[in-house]
Amino acid sequence: MTRTFDPADAQLQTQTLLEKIQSYTGPPISVMEVCGTHTVAVARMGLRPLLPQGVKLISGPGCPVCVTPVETFDKAIYLVEKGVILATYGDAMRVPGTRTTLADARANGGRVEPVYSALDAVKLAKANPDDQVVFLGLGFETTSPTAAHAIMVAGRENLENFSVLCAHKALLPAMEALVADPQMEIGAFLCPGHATMVIGSDVYKPFCEAHRLPCVVTGFEAQDVLLGLLWILRQAKEGRAEVENAYPRAVDAQGNVGAMKMLATVFRPADARFRGIGVLPGGGYELKEEFAHFDAETRFLAGVEVESREPAGCMCAEVLRGRIEPSQCPLFAKTCTAENPVGACMVSSEGACGAHYRYRGV
Amino acid sequence: MDRITKSHGGGGAHMRALISDIFKSKFGNPELDKLNDFAAVTLPTNRIALSTDSFVVEPWEFPGGNIGDLAICGTVNDVAMSGAKPLYLTAGFILPEGFLISDLEKIVDAMALRAEEAGVVIVSGDTKVVDPGSGPFINTAGVGVIETELEIAGSSAKDGDAVIITGHVGSHGIAVLSKRESIGFGTEVLSDVAPLSGLIAALVDDGLELHVLRDPTRGGVAEALNEIASQSGVEIEIDDNLIPMEQGVLSACELLGYDPLHIANEGCALVILPADQAERALEVMKTQRYGVHATIIGKVSDGAPRVTAKTLLGSRRLVDSPSGELLPRIC
Repeated sequence: MTRTFDPADAQLQTQTLLEKIQSYTGPPISVMEVCGTHTVAVARMGLRPLLPQGVKLISGPGCPVCVTPVETFDKAIYLVEKGVILATYGDAMRVPGTRTTLADARANGGRVEPVYSALDAVKLAKANPDDQVVFLGLGFETTSPTAAHAIMVAGRENLENFSVLCAHKALLPAMEALVADPQMEIGAFLCPGHATMVIGSDVYKPFCEAHRLPCVVTGFEAQDVLLGLLWILRQAKEGRAEVENAYPRAVDAQGNVGAMKMLATVFRPADARFRGIGVLPGGGYELKEEFAHFDAETRFLAGVEVESREPAGCMCAEVLRGRIEPSQCPLFAKTCTAENPVGACMVSSEGACGAHYRYRGV
Repeated sequence: MDRITKSHGGGGAHMRALISDIFKSKFGNPELDKLNDFAAVTLPTNRIALSTDSFVVEPWEFPGGNIGDLAICGTVNDVAMSGAKPLYLTAGFILPEGFLISDLEKIVDAMALRAEEAGVVIVSGDTKVVDPGSGPFINTAGVGVIETELEIAGSSAKDGDAVIITGHVGSHGIAVLSKRESIGFGTEVLSDVAPLSGLIAALVDDGLELHVLRDPTRGGVAEALNEIASQSGVEIEIDDNLIPMEQGVLSACELLGYDPLHIANEGCALVILPADQAERALEVMKTQRYGVHATIIGKVSDGAPRVTAKTLLGSRRLVDSPSGELLPRIC
């Protein structure tokens, strides 16, 4: 039998946690929720208007679709127009490239397949031996090990019609870049439960110590988010800066060693462009030499120039850095809505603009 | 022969065999047994409700049911949402060449059981066979008789009405997703697919002043409520804390970033009626198999046509319609 969610229980716990957060008396602090899933959870539970004076939650760049630069989508659309079957995560379908989207490319007869995992793209390649299948790999360490796994499987099976357009990103270099931004004053990080399931909470230790910033890992249900925030505030009040794990039912210190091993087998760290942030040293992953033949860049894109521009007036770049709230963008909820999105942060279900728009307060 | 071939849709001996071995033997009733191209039936009243729906769910089998369950319950529920008593259904099958006949039997068995449960008879049918690659698909159409004087419609919600949901939210969409993804969410979530004709008949027979009945299928509760708010020109306010759902649905939604209010349902209905009749309606629902989790989740008031929610933490937010296709999230 399935257990029935008891709304009364949940309310009691969340209310108690909220009251503790609201009674915070420490120094003012800006907390960044790095992850888009946290952004959605915070918006849906309506937490922001209830925070005590001096406590601010800033939405970070943790939406993998949003940080993927526009030229990656332009390249993917170019490949579709050249006749490959492009497989990617559903979130990427509606993100605007410079001229069009993958969803439009599909409507125009292109072959674009939303998949749930990189392995589905391998299956697609096997089922279509006469076609080239390119997997557009997006995401932080939550998804990159599955791309590595897919490439290893394709290698073992000598699949010659499978390759990966790799836009995978690394979480810690992104956090380093945010802290280095002189316009930003981030006082603590709410760290994402699912990426940390893979990389392990110990990864934040040197970062936390170097910058003296509390880092609390937590999950995505209301109680998890509130507990994570409460622990951050407790650290701030006591003047501590430590890595704490408020999500022990899913996350441990070491992470998923097997997944990290697969990642290291196939990929190596590389400089990577983030939308809004620019090129970050070691901010992403590229395929190692021994897997280079699975790299869609070398297979199809050598010497190809795509002309890429961000949409005019869109301030996704500033939103992604946490410099402005989505509502401070002049397009927000006016020309840029969930129904007619202009920028990536509005398109993606976990983009900051999308979450702030869909769950806007009344 | 254990698979569907083009000849099963070709009008010859194979098709006749398929009809008599599977459809007639499982759906059998005097009208269908005549094997005419039509069904001639008599209706007890001259006010009727008609509906049609096509079913293309992928995968065709999922935890808690299959496309056959959906094909009956979906159309039965659409007819019932007018306050009608569904009586007759037609069924059109579009089958991919190569489809296992044993799988077709599973689907037809599910349909026969659900039809019996819902008190409807399948009186006419059709089969086509298409190239392999997708399907099976089923279209059903249904007719029911309206014996109540009430004008039950999306435009009938009024200031002072209560909003009731008759069961758990989100189970169907998450069940299909978990099968498609081969991912578990700790506890297995089963589709809520069920015929609601009995539940609705009980409400109608009790003499309750029903204003709106709506089954929140595609687009979920959020879409259904937004449609009603706009059709009736009223504001609907719900409470996130009161939405009944299984823990597995909640966990899956948190993990995948889905909003439970956007997830499709196939066995629950929104019931809107005057607030002073809401408690009585709950009593009636709880006597019904598919109404035991019925809960009052909100209220209707005069105001801008929109849907708002009291959040888990007590603030207020808008409830938007989902925008387009629900797509799998990255992390």
